[in-house]
Amino acid sequence: MTILAAFGMIVLLVDLALKRAQKPLTAWLSLVGFGAAGVASLAIMEQRGSGFGGMIALDPYAQVLGLVAILAGALTVLTSFHYVRDRGIGRSEYYALLLFSVSGMVMMAAAHNLIVVFIALELLSIPLYVLTGFARPNVESEEAAIKYFLLGAFASGFLLFGIALMYGASGTTDLERIAQGIAQTGASPLALIGAGLILVGLGFKVAAVPFHMWTPDVYEGAPTPITGFMSVGAKAAGFAALLRVFVSSLGGIQADWVTLVAILSALTMIVGNIVAVSQTNLKRMLAYSSIAHAGYLLMGVAAANRAGVAGALFYLVAYAFTNIGAFAVLSTMARPSGEDQTFKTYRGLYRRSPALAVMMMIFMLSLTGIPLTGGFIGKYYLFLSAVEANLIWLAVIGVLTSVVSAFFYLRVIVDMFMREAEPQAEVEPVSYRPLNFTVNLSAAAVVILGVVPMAVLTLVTTAAQLLVG
Amino acid sequence: MTQSPLPLITIVTFLPLVGALFMLFQRRDDTATLKRTALIVSAITFGVSLLFVVRVGPIGGFDLAQPGFQYYERYDWIPAFNIGYEVGIDGISLLLVLLTTFLSPLAILSSFEAIKDRVKEYYIFMLILESGMLGVFISLDLFLFYVFWEVTLVPMYFLVGIWGGGRRVYAAIKFFLYTMAGSILMLLAILWLGINGGSFSLPTLLQNNSWLAGAPEMALFIAFAAAFAIKVPLWPFHSWLPDAHVEAPTAGSVILAGVLLKMGTYGFLRFNLALFPNASREAAPVIAVLAIIGIIYGAIVSFAQTDVKKLVAYSSVSHLGFVMLGIFAFTPQGLQGALLQMINHGLSTGALFLMIGFLYERRHTREMEQFGGLWKIVPVYGTLMLIVSLSSMGLPGLNGFVGEFTILLGTWAANPVWAAVAATGVILAAVYILTMFVKMFMGESRNEENLHLVDLTQRELWVIVPIVIFIFVIGLYPNPFFQTMTASVSALLQPLGGSVAIAP
Repeated sequence: MTILAAFGMIVLLVDLALKRAQKPLTAWLSLVGFGAAGVASLAIMEQRGSGFGGMIALDPYAQVLGLVAILAGALTVLTSFHYVRDRGIGRSEYYALLLFSVSGMVMMAAAHNLIVVFIALELLSIPLYVLTGFARPNVESEEAAIKYFLLGAFASGFLLFGIALMYGASGTTDLERIAQGIAQTGASPLALIGAGLILVGLGFKVAAVPFHMWTPDVYEGAPTPITGFMSVGAKAAGFAALLRVFVSSLGGIQADWVTLVAILSALTMIVGNIVAVSQTNLKRMLAYSSIAHAGYLLMGVAAANRAGVAGALFYLVAYAFTNIGAFAVLSTMARPSGEDQTFKTYRGLYRRSPALAVMMMIFMLSLTGIPLTGGFIGKYYLFLSAVEANLIWLAVIGVLTSVVSAFFYLRVIVDMFMREAEPQAEVEPVSYRPLNFTVNLSAAAVVILGVVPMAVLTLVTTAAQLLVG
Repeated sequence: MTQSPLPLITIVTFLPLVGALFMLFQRRDDTATLKRTALIVSAITFGVSLLFVVRVGPIGGFDLAQPGFQYYERYDWIPAFNIGYEVGIDGISLLLVLLTTFLSPLAILSSFEAIKDRVKEYYIFMLILESGMLGVFISLDLFLFYVFWEVTLVPMYFLVGIWGGGRRVYAAIKFFLYTMAGSILMLLAILWLGINGGSFSLPTLLQNNSWLAGAPEMALFIAFAAAFAIKVPLWPFHSWLPDAHVEAPTAGSVILAGVLLKMGTYGFLRFNLALFPNASREAAPVIAVLAIIGIIYGAIVSFAQTDVKKLVAYSSVSHLGFVMLGIFAFTPQGLQGALLQMINHGLSTGALFLMIGFLYERRHTREMEQFGGLWKIVPVYGTLMLIVSLSSMGLPGLNGFVGEFTILLGTWAANPVWAAVAATGVILAAVYILTMFVKMFMGESRNEENLHLVDLTQRELWVIVPIVIFIFVIGLYPNPFFQTMTASVSALLQPLGGSVAIAP
């Protein structure tokens, strides 16, 4: 409880301040906000409790996911700093919206009531719609925003309808009481339909197939730092709710929904990875890759065991660093005059900027799931959960699609290291300190998570115990 | 399991990696220092690794009577998953570790002239690769093994992809995807073992193998075999090999043929046979037949090549077929022969690739049609090439013969028909090797340019002569090599019930 209140106030204060302050200052102020929220969240990591009449849970699970969102927000501020300035879109609202969106994500992580899930979803989404369209003179950005908004609103409707049906079936929107009711009476058809609609609504947020249609266009159109933020934060928040609702509340009737989620997971992995193969634009490729990663995460939901939850949490942490880092690299290659994110742009990057290319290589290897990166441990944990839950066929699809994914992640490495740039197409990456800091920090974190993952593993295991006792 | 006063394995395994990290801070344009550092680091690694067999004071030495793991070390790594850094070597891995530390400095030395672009990165990758390969042979924890297994992929991928020939990118990606496709299935099987066997530690799994009852043994066997069969490569999973070999730089080919392929056969020995004895017995006929097809297919395709490097690449398929056949004969001779042949192939084929590399650096072609009469022009080169070729062919007195003969002996005990069919591979090897030699070294030169060839330089002799010495040593006096493995091999064969004599 305390954390959320504190966090909300920080957001508001910062927001107030930045209206008046100098423009660069607002970014730093928002960073302070993120920092304070992060520290507060770390401080109460071990505490447990609830607030607002049980609507908000205070537990390590909420803190871990909250921290992922806060981290994503903070790193995005660092990546955005020059990006928005160079494009003349560095208005203070940018950072305020970012803060609001993150507060929605933190709220989502702590939501213990379906109503709060819905409110949090709106709180995180609406700023994101605006942020997507922030590169205003840019038509693609506007198109992306409209598309995101329309489909997002549609998905919200699904979610709300699902919540209503769930309420009709169980007489409550409190997640724990839903679980108790199900334990006593079993699942009514009404509750199942409700659960299905909730799955659709949240599936849209995390970009699961077949609710993924918006992803490539929105990712491509949005300002690059925002794309990175969206791919991490929105996914973390979506899975926060998915895991809480399905694993914790509906865990009693896992048999009824496991096949559906498993099929969704399989489809997401297959479609995401296979379509990514044929992309020529790096931003679009990463969009499909983000779809595919939603599939791996869904594996943890389907397994619905402790390893599944802990694995998904670890994966989200690793994925946050990896993707934010990767998009930060993309940001260095973007020009205010227009972005050319085709693979060609990256040819011979190693010659021009060895450090950047090596970092990007680390991110790509982590996304592929090569050992000694955080992505590998995360994937490993999720496969472990699937095998444990006897979903071996799903794990097999997971590993096979991983091989497919190696193809397009390697292509980035091939272009950076093994091909030479065409002279006229050479793009010199920009170099700003906050941006480089994000890239380096993310790469270091990815490697640390892969080599000495114990600290984070302990954290996510404690968090998972809450959901699966 | 015996421990040692010094963590010798860890030192040997990570020395190259430490060297690579050190090289990161060296100046990029001072290539002479870079080369020297890489060579010194790998040479020191070889020196230290000799302590495994040579006792100096209280350190080193190898207990021949001991079948279990020596120099055993174990530390917790990821306790949440019950994963430890657990390493040790026995008679099966000892020679492979030494082969790796022996070939690496030679491979590095051989690249001094050939690699001119991005020198720093090249040697860093070579050293990382060496650490990765050593890690594969010493790991006793399945998870750790998998980590090293995958880690070797990345530097090799770069070695082929950056410093390779014309189709290098294609070859590099193909290599990566093939290997990953196999190994990731193995990961699932490792997961299954970790969950149901309660541990990732190989010694623990072997000691307490109650999990084996009711396990989908064949499925697990296949999952592991998928990873290893692609690596070996067992026919029909070999198609990545010629591409990778032909495009790789010389040192890459040497390491690839010399050590990386052995990771596959080693995997079969260490994991498939030890963990799944019943499935191994059931699968043996199938694998033996695939191995025999590989022997003959590899030999015939070798014969059809015009590019000499391709010829050697395909001959690997044939040679590794022998190794696989020896392993799945389940007889002491078969296994020992297979192990020795792994070493032999590393030496002979490694040497062949080196020799071809030397020639390629001078003439920039590998088409056999372009040469002829080379013996007269470059006599030292010609003589050494003859020795190396004959060793690869299996001439008595040289190392290849000892290995192949022992394998065939062991296979005969298990199944005479297999042995008889496989023996034709030896004859075919004589055909393609001798044809190659005649085309390139006898008769008259078919190209003006050959007349200006210079003979081997001193550096090149330093690279090739140590290998040739071992070719003779193993060929004439193989006993010490067999002795190192006897105890471990018989321990391995026990649960397999000795020979699986399947009467024809």
